[in-house]
Amino acid sequence: MMDKPWNNRAWLFVVPVLIIVLFSSLVPMMTVVNYSVQDTMGQNNFFWNGVAWFQGLLDPTTDIGGRFASALVRNLIFSIVILCLELPLGIAVALCIPKQGWKVGATLVLIALPLLIPWTVVGTIWQIFARQDIGLLGAALNAIGIHYNDTQDPTSAWATIVIMDVWHWTGMIALLSYAGLKAIPDAFYQAARIDGASRWSVFRNIELPKLQKVLVIAVLLRFMESFMIYTEPSVVTGGGPGEATSFLSLDLVKIALGQVDLGNAAAMSIVYYLITLTICYVFFTIMTQLDQRKGV
Amino acid sequence: MRIQTRTIVITAYLLLLFLPIYWLVNMSFKTNAEITGHLSFWPHHPTLGNYGHIFSDPVWYNGFLHSLSYVFLNTIISVALALPAAYAFSRYRFIGDKHLFFWLLSNLMAPPAVFAMPFFNLYYSVGLFDTVWAVALAHCLFNVPLAVWILEGFISGVPREIDETAALDGYSFPRFFVKIFLPLIANGIGVAAFFCFMFSWVEQLLATTLTTIHAKPIVAVMTQVYSAAGMDWGLLSAVGVLTMIPGAIVIWFVRNHIAKGFALGRV
Repeated sequence: MMDKPWNNRAWLFVVPVLIIVLFSSLVPMMTVVNYSVQDTMGQNNFFWNGVAWFQGLLDPTTDIGGRFASALVRNLIFSIVILCLELPLGIAVALCIPKQGWKVGATLVLIALPLLIPWTVVGTIWQIFARQDIGLLGAALNAIGIHYNDTQDPTSAWATIVIMDVWHWTGMIALLSYAGLKAIPDAFYQAARIDGASRWSVFRNIELPKLQKVLVIAVLLRFMESFMIYTEPSVVTGGGPGEATSFLSLDLVKIALGQVDLGNAAAMSIVYYLITLTICYVFFTIMTQLDQRKGV
Repeated sequence: MRIQTRTIVITAYLLLLFLPIYWLVNMSFKTNAEITGHLSFWPHHPTLGNYGHIFSDPVWYNGFLHSLSYVFLNTIISVALALPAAYAFSRYRFIGDKHLFFWLLSNLMAPPAVFAMPFFNLYYSVGLFDTVWAVALAHCLFNVPLAVWILEGFISGVPREIDETAALDGYSFPRFFVKIFLPLIANGIGVAAFFCFMFSWVEQLLATTLTTIHAKPIVAVMTQVYSAAGMDWGLLSAVGVLTMIPGAIVIWFVRNHIAKGFALGRV
């Protein structure tokens, strides 16, 4: 990376961003911290409660602790499953995008379309599509003899949420990978042709290494987004049946806005936030290292 | 043979992508009696009644206007604030720059569910609750860092020599920034605006938490058909179809930059 000049007056340029992000992140965060160390008897009477909320939350034998732990595990499994499906599929789609002509633009627009649909509507689309009485998917599966019911049966509910997420987000990985593939100079492919390399070895030795950087971004964005998924499952399954698809955000909103259990909700918010922050830091470190290696 | 495989894969993918959307469009032209009556692949008695209902009921079309107004406000605020910051991050080193950059990005990754409750309190106490401004400002939480990230990528692609040459030619910094620099990163600005539009348009949790009546976004109005006696599937589908249109229009405008944009200018 080229040496940038050292200039502390650059701070002036950053101040507006700093103010607005402080207003919308630090101020609310302090409210959460406040709630997390206090308890209330109602009427806005708060008293110091120390770390009791956190102790309860992090102890899986308590009610709230068990709930948090299972939501966390559920969410991690979900994130890993959708990454395993979306990454290969997205790369495959990117490799198949037409190379030239009007078809390129058209294909890109179509692939990107699900990304621009409001998340509630994504949920609605799949809620309708998966129903056994009026939905194509639900009706078709039951017609060929597969027992499928996304509001009663946990396996069906999980399958629906996972397929919905793949439907919703694979396009983003495809577009990222496509951008990465476009950046590979033609000379690389010509050299491979001269060497008589097979399609697989072109992919393995030329395309995949060049995709590394965009794929790190893709994994980061997908992991984070799926780790805080809320709207789509809340519309389709509402976290059920039972607790089967109750991911972290769904559970948190239930506790905070449904039960108005401020102490538990606040403690959970902070632990949740710290987990995402840690994972984000790991990815960010990997990314900056890749950036630097590229510069050398 | 190779070309055929490619075409088959991409066509199959696009078909699967459009199956659920096709079903929604199909439903939106049916009456509820026909929807619950029997499954059919196209409406036997096509009706525009569902769409007519939306365009004649102020609650529905105001929902659209509210959503579009906070999305536009948010896009303008985010890009305008992010531009100088992205320039600073791209061109200079300064005390705490890396930590600041990471802290900004970490907000991009913060779960909105964590902020729903405190945002409610915050905007209530400053008197912005139930206005489009509340949502526009709340969405800055993730859109401003995102815009900084994208613009920083694009700005770093512009050689620094251009800045220096302009300074030698006697351009003052503001004049250089507006006259020379902004046109150079026009694509980046377009892509950043596209992403701010996208994330503000699709987000729902904060938008519905921060509004009740006067600034109710379209996605919140949608929940009304759930509580009504029985489900109004036809109406719900028609709203769904309409909410896809702004997104489709915006993608069409940025289609040539969309791939690079998704890589955040980092390829």
